[in-house]
Amino acid sequence: MKMIKKLLAAAVLTGLSSLSSATELEVSHWWTSGGEAAAVTELAKAFDASGDKWKDSAIAAGGGGAAAIIISRILGGDPMGATQLNHGRDAEELIKAGLLQDLTDVAEKENWREIIRPSSLLDSCTFEGRIYCAPVNIHSPQWLWLSHKAFKDAGIPVPKNWSEFIAAAPALDKAGKLPLAVGQQAWQSNLTFNAITIAISGLEPWKKVYVDKNAEVAGGEEFKKVFEAADQARKISAKGKMQDWNAATAMVIKGDAGGQIMGDWAQGEFQLAGQVAGEDYTCLPGLGVTEMISTGGDAFYFPVLKDAEQTAAQKRLAALIIQKDTQVAFNLKKGSLPIRGDVDLETANDCMKKGIKILAGNNVLPDLSQVISADTMSDLEDLMVEFWNDPSMTTEEAQERFVKVIARAD
Amino acid sequence: MKNLNAKIASIPMIFTALVIFVGCTAWTIYHSFTNSRLLPNNNWVGFDQYERLWDTKRWIVSVGNLAIYGVCSLVISVIIGFVLAALLDRKIRFEGVFRSIFLFPFALSFIVTGLVWQWILNPEFGVQKVLQSLGWENVTFDPLYNPDLVIYGILIAGIWQGSGLIMCVMLAGLRGIDGDIWKATRVDGIKTWKTYIFVIIPMMKPVFVTALVLIASGIIKVYDLVLAQTSGGPGIASEVPAKYVYDKMFNAQNLGQGFAASTMMLVSVAIVLIPWAYLQFGGKKND
Repeated sequence: MKMIKKLLAAAVLTGLSSLSSATELEVSHWWTSGGEAAAVTELAKAFDASGDKWKDSAIAAGGGGAAAIIISRILGGDPMGATQLNHGRDAEELIKAGLLQDLTDVAEKENWREIIRPSSLLDSCTFEGRIYCAPVNIHSPQWLWLSHKAFKDAGIPVPKNWSEFIAAAPALDKAGKLPLAVGQQAWQSNLTFNAITIAISGLEPWKKVYVDKNAEVAGGEEFKKVFEAADQARKISAKGKMQDWNAATAMVIKGDAGGQIMGDWAQGEFQLAGQVAGEDYTCLPGLGVTEMISTGGDAFYFPVLKDAEQTAAQKRLAALIIQKDTQVAFNLKKGSLPIRGDVDLETANDCMKKGIKILAGNNVLPDLSQVISADTMSDLEDLMVEFWNDPSMTTEEAQERFVKVIARAD
Repeated sequence: MKNLNAKIASIPMIFTALVIFVGCTAWTIYHSFTNSRLLPNNNWVGFDQYERLWDTKRWIVSVGNLAIYGVCSLVISVIIGFVLAALLDRKIRFEGVFRSIFLFPFALSFIVTGLVWQWILNPEFGVQKVLQSLGWENVTFDPLYNPDLVIYGILIAGIWQGSGLIMCVMLAGLRGIDGDIWKATRVDGIKTWKTYIFVIIPMMKPVFVTALVLIASGIIKVYDLVLAQTSGGPGIASEVPAKYVYDKMFNAQNLGQGFAASTMMLVSVAIVLIPWAYLQFGGKKND
């Protein structure tokens, strides 16, 4: 008994002493797949090395579900030290309610305005002239990932763009491969549709519909073609029965599926499986047609905390995230692009280099979550997941309902 | 002032009932007429949220699913529950063992039930796979991947989980029947099944009402089962109202729309509760 008491006392003391020397911050995020977890460990290592303590709080619920948990924790008065949230309009109301930490002083001291590229990233962190988040990477969802093995097995060359891919689908099907792997979750249907939109319609109609919310264009000829292309894609993906995006990516990695339309975060999975870009798999930004990528991405927000020590630690973490070394270590593992143009990414692979080139040429689009509200996004997701999984829904019906959503969009 | 102590003692309960149940419900209904997004506000928009709600295909599908799930699970749970209870009541051997087995699924949460049945109904390694490996190679049994059948796949899991409890309620009712009644019917030479249908069941009316209310409340809040089994898929084929409310409130950050949907759910609960209250409290006066 005495022994136990002593042990307990010792445990408490060590606990206390570690508290006094380092400030622990709970960091929540939804990076749970293999490649993502490897990347977040890099951040944790860097933060621990700087003398503070990273308390990892991963939420295994995918972007949508996790954001819901995070927001309700902040609203409910149980904030974490720092949290991932897509920058975009998610956080706008939290800022208005004064629940998120103002980082403007850190940003000024570290000169974020100068170093963060493209500047739209910082703009979406800015609300009424103040900065509220630290962008950590750039993610773009408009990529087509192709498995070299699948095409080799089917005896055809690896396609170079979307129309070649569609033409190759029958051969893949014949070889017993699933031509296009699409996870059945709503956000994936929506992502796939959106990538096809940019490839088929090009930039102008896309902007008119999603940025200006022009219902006429949404009901017009260009989008008719988009819906027809999506219909083709839905037909060649109909046999797939997976839910999670990484399950679909795994099929591409194994060569059981020809390709997948997914964001560049899929790259982390390829890397983790030991595959080499250009040799084992090919990536086509903008589906090989419209070489443009959007510049959404992840950002860390810092809820307002009462404790002054923790608030200081929050600011240290914010500064750390932007630093060169952290950016390189994190993004190489994650497969995403760094948020500053001045870092050295010699070790970057083929796909990342393609992405960097597009960024350097400034061929960028705004991210969907930056131009439409969560409400509209959820309407679009409902429509797309239904379209994708219900073969009896015609393209005309889908387009008609799409027009309705755009007409109501904000 | 009679029973002052009792009245003081019940103040916390009255307070809870008024503030939490009545107050919060009124608050929710009020805000369903506003355009609240992530945070509640007071911008009155009339019936806009309701118009949008009933114009949304996902909500219509949800309501339809709930109706199918509700009617089927009500009927089937009561029948299975009663038959199991009647069989156990025949003074069989190992009654306790069987009772525990039948009640066991009720000890599992809906999430666990949903996951278990997701695996059982998965064509890659569930029932279909077993049947195919036994020689029936053309058998397809994948309700969870068929938009027309998916709600029945969920129904199977719901009934598996819930009928044990109904069995226990029914068994308690059967045990409450006076043994003399059985003796009397035997003397009159009435067959056992006829006794059950024409004598025992009418005597068990209060037990049936309790069972119905238990099942009905489970039906309206069905959410976690769907989430674990299909998360609403394929497409939107297995969506239910409670999931719509959650998704609109927290994912779409549209509180007004979520409140409108939950108010509609409240209306449906009222439709269930009012006849029950009538049967339970109004019926007595007529006896």
